[in-house]
Amino acid sequence: MSTFYFIAFLSIFFSILVISAKNPVHSILYLILTFFTFTVHYILMNAQFLAIVNFIVYMGAILVLFLYTLMLINLNKESEPVKPFMVKLAAVVGAGILLVALVSSLKIANHASDPLVLKNPNLGLVKNLGKVLFKEFLLPFEVSSVLLLSAMVGAVLLATKDKKEPKATI
Amino acid sequence: MNSIANTIHAVPLNHYILLSTIIFSIGVMGVLLRRNAIVIFMSVELMLNSVNLLLTAFSVYRGDAAGQVFVFFIMALAAAEVAVGLAIIVMIYRNTNSIDINVLNRLKW
Repeated sequence: MSTFYFIAFLSIFFSILVISAKNPVHSILYLILTFFTFTVHYILMNAQFLAIVNFIVYMGAILVLFLYTLMLINLNKESEPVKPFMVKLAAVVGAGILLVALVSSLKIANHASDPLVLKNPNLGLVKNLGKVLFKEFLLPFEVSSVLLLSAMVGAVLLATKDKKEPKATI
Repeated sequence: MNSIANTIHAVPLNHYILLSTIIFSIGVMGVLLRRNAIVIFMSVELMLNSVNLLLTAFSVYRGDAAGQVFVFFIMALAAAEVAVGLAIIVMIYRNTNSIDINVLNRLKW
């Protein structure tokens, strides 16, 4: 039980560091640590498939993509202009009000304080999820492949330089 | 396997909801606070992940595998979104030589 609270503390701590780090590279490294704590959460809930997928897709693919983009953009100088203090204060207050609203809406939830019991221990295993995925969710699975293909084509199309046309003015 | 199942035995569901809410709010705060487009993007990833964690907690609580399949679809969607979004950021950087989103405030009208 105390493992959950320790890992939850680490998740919150690292996610605060993500948004407060000055250097974007440090931000990405803290985000990797945050996602690692999420993987530990999935393992604690015995969702093994999601733990592995989270580890591979998020920590392996997405954050490497972030690091590559940052390397491509080459922002090793800390060039981010700071926002004025009032805007920062407004941002913090706004997010805090959102947090309070969401937490207070928890008050009227009925069974929210029930303990999380693992009813079916092999719920999150690959075998079980694979059966559900390929029986009930076969069409969304295939549609998501089209989504990934179109995203790939779109990303290549957006990121390639077009040499003939004049430079767009933004 | 049983020892792992016993570790979460006494954690109430609303502590998971609380954790996800806090991380979601941190993501919102990051979007509002920062001006670097990549950091804003990372905050969006943080929000997506907190929702994933909550969906998994609900799925375990109900004993229903559909929630975890849904998380899998969200991860596929996040991968597509990151690819397109980072391509857009690269294009913006190529055109304006900065990734400060205030440069783009002319997109407002």
